[in-house]
Amino acid sequence: MSTITAPATTQTDQPMHRRRSFGAWFKDKGWRHLVGVVVTIFSIFPLLYVLSAALNSNGTLVGTAGLFTTIDFGNFVDLFNNPDRPFAKWFVNTLVIGLVTSAATVFLGAMAAYAFSRMRFKGRRVGLLSLLLMQMFPQLLAVVAIFLLLNGISDVVPWLGLGSQLGLIMVYLGGALGVNTYLMYGFFNTVPMSLDEAAMIDGASHVQIFFGIIMRLVTPILAVVGLLSFIGISSEFVIASVVLTDPDTQTLAVGLYSFVAETRSENWGVFSAGAVLAAVPVMALFLFLQRYIVSGLVQGGVKG
Amino acid sequence: MTLAPQTTDDAAVATSPAPSQLKRRPRQFKHHGPDSLKGILVKIVLLGLVDAFAVYVMMMLFMAQSWVVLAIAAAVTVLINWIYLRKGGLPAKYLAPGVFFLVVFQVFVVLYSGYIAFTNYGDGHNSTKEDAISAIQIMAQTRVPDSPAYQTSVLDQNGELFLLFTSPEGVVTMGSATEPMSTVTDAVTDGSGKAISVPGYDTLNFNQIIAQQDAILDIAVPVSDDPAQGSLRTPDGTTSFAFKPSMTYDAATDTFTDVETGATYTDNGEGAFAAADGSQLSTGWKINVGFDNFVRAFTDPTLRAPLLSVMLWTFTFSIASVILTFALGLFLAITFNRDDLRGKKVYRVLMILPYAFPAFLSGLVWSGILNPQFGWLNQTLLGGAEIGWLTDPVLAKISVLVVNLWLGFPYMFLVCTGALQSLPTELDEAARVDGAGPFRVFRSIKLPLLLVSIAPLLIASFAFNFNNFNVIYMLTGGGPRFEDTTRNIGSTDILITLVYKVAFGQGTGRDYGLASALAIIIFIIVATVSAISFKQTKALEEVNR
Repeated sequence: MSTITAPATTQTDQPMHRRRSFGAWFKDKGWRHLVGVVVTIFSIFPLLYVLSAALNSNGTLVGTAGLFTTIDFGNFVDLFNNPDRPFAKWFVNTLVIGLVTSAATVFLGAMAAYAFSRMRFKGRRVGLLSLLLMQMFPQLLAVVAIFLLLNGISDVVPWLGLGSQLGLIMVYLGGALGVNTYLMYGFFNTVPMSLDEAAMIDGASHVQIFFGIIMRLVTPILAVVGLLSFIGISSEFVIASVVLTDPDTQTLAVGLYSFVAETRSENWGVFSAGAVLAAVPVMALFLFLQRYIVSGLVQGGVKG
Repeated sequence: MTLAPQTTDDAAVATSPAPSQLKRRPRQFKHHGPDSLKGILVKIVLLGLVDAFAVYVMMMLFMAQSWVVLAIAAAVTVLINWIYLRKGGLPAKYLAPGVFFLVVFQVFVVLYSGYIAFTNYGDGHNSTKEDAISAIQIMAQTRVPDSPAYQTSVLDQNGELFLLFTSPEGVVTMGSATEPMSTVTDAVTDGSGKAISVPGYDTLNFNQIIAQQDAILDIAVPVSDDPAQGSLRTPDGTTSFAFKPSMTYDAATDTFTDVETGATYTDNGEGAFAAADGSQLSTGWKINVGFDNFVRAFTDPTLRAPLLSVMLWTFTFSIASVILTFALGLFLAITFNRDDLRGKKVYRVLMILPYAFPAFLSGLVWSGILNPQFGWLNQTLLGGAEIGWLTDPVLAKISVLVVNLWLGFPYMFLVCTGALQSLPTELDEAARVDGAGPFRVFRSIKLPLLLVSIAPLLIASFAFNFNNFNVIYMLTGGGPRFEDTTRNIGSTDILITLVYKVAFGQGTGRDYGLASALAIIIFIIVATVSAISFKQTKALEEVNR
């Protein structure tokens, strides 16, 4: 890679001195390090701050003077011993709702992408276009109608209505096709048709082709879509806050917000502990699968 | 209803492909083997489960007597069975499950929003007129003068509260807010003759009564099915008194009359009963109000000025966010686009951390850092300064933009890096040979090429930020509040947070109609922007492939 674009000297005929003057070094590379350090500080100091607050158990907002002045785990103990704010349950709820939704999203999206990519039928073009358009309209715009619809469902099937996690998952699945099918469709198209045809000649059914060939070859995109939808769902606040009212059924987003909504100052340390625990798995997953996610992002959209 | 059945068959297509199919591209499934037994079994089981659930729902709908919904549910069930049981129609089998959810929870709810936007649905207007009439009769009640006191016990059955009355004559009756009073014969009485318990119910003790006193004070047990007969209520959980409606309803003239003052309230055509002097009864009903909500949004003095500034800020916020994140992201991408830079990987990982941090937490964490009284920035970094980072209208807007920059620049950094690296290097070299300097090369060659691939993402980023609820709501909650309005609207509110506050906000009544109207306005804006941008991008070509 020889692209040097910034207003710096190029590498063309850099004299081979072992020691350049500081000025030349700075003009070529040093300023890049300076930018790197400044931006890195901007990036990580809020994260260090929340970690420090989590580890400081006498920390209200007022008490957090310097970073990491004291370190203990009192906040984490408090976090798991508050029956009014069941953090452990929120954690499990978020995990369950996120996993079920993203698994179903991947599956529904893959089936639709398979149909769009491998079959030709009436309304295919219109269908793809509509999906592309729907990406622009997030579900939370219709949150009032979703609330009233679930309210209506409560009267008929109470375990699917307001306050039900299953109901919430159903609502999330409404967005399953819109955002992801298009992304998958593009990827499915890169799998050569000749594979399908060869399998067909060998007598494979379309189900066997779908599960046995296509799904295996597109695993990277399935992982990306699943992960992105998991991250999106676990951050989703608007619809979850409207649907889940009982603290025992809430997700981390709704629960942790309630932690600081009324009494921002007093609960700060405990909230920080919760924030750290909530963030660590997602961040770990993100960094671990960074490369796949980035490729998905470039093709797809933005984090939701 | 959850994961719908997968498809399995289609041997039929193989035997008789329709002539029209032959003309299309060679992608029909012509040479399938026969279905496996396993596949058929899976299909039957899944379809059976779906049908069982559908029948259950239809039974519930039948009991609730919602005939229209029942008819729709039946039609959908038939359709699903037809799709999966018929031969052929393969695409539909793969699309049906996703489309089902899409239609119900994305398309239908949008249409429903459109309908709600034209009603006065909200607190005080959430049901039919008949419901409103009986609710007024139950709510507006006064104690009958010199009425006898009924000794009372509070009972609980599966969380529902019942009142058990013993009249002065010793007759024992019970009822709840929803069940009218009925005589009880198997009640257990204490020494004084007061009934204290009934088999199958738990009697609340004094402490439990105190704990639930609000709920108990709200219970009005109707004397009979006719609301005009009045009800029994208890002020303390131990004695009850008879209450009669203070409003009497005359069905012939469709008016309410206040028993004491004699004032009459008539249907004012706006979903409420109103007196001649304009005063309304607080309980109304849902009616269609046409464009009232939209008109109100732009003419109501408590709403017009705030709404206009909210709209302006929504655009400012989303456009500025895109520009700032893109500028910083691109700058960083250029800066670090050198293979021989030591520590590049470390910088990169540290810089994308904000992006990996859950979005809803970012706003909350930053709100702690920026808090004017206790925040870390004021207290520690600025040594006890009291700068209103989140309470001053201008500073709050800047804070929101900075936090959103923090959240968004890593994404742009990643995307720009990817795009830069995919640019052909020959162009670069050719331009250099022609004597162009590095800046010139960037401005005239790289940036235009870069924008071709990044532009769709910038538009998507705009659409996303236009509805970036989490950052605003978690960081400032929309505040600081405007001073020239009684409503809870503030200078960092964007349209979507306004929708949420109008519909579900605490303190002010819920106004679903107005909230939906605002949501529809967002729809129109986003649709316009994306329609324009659609023409500019190459997305359409992909579809035609």
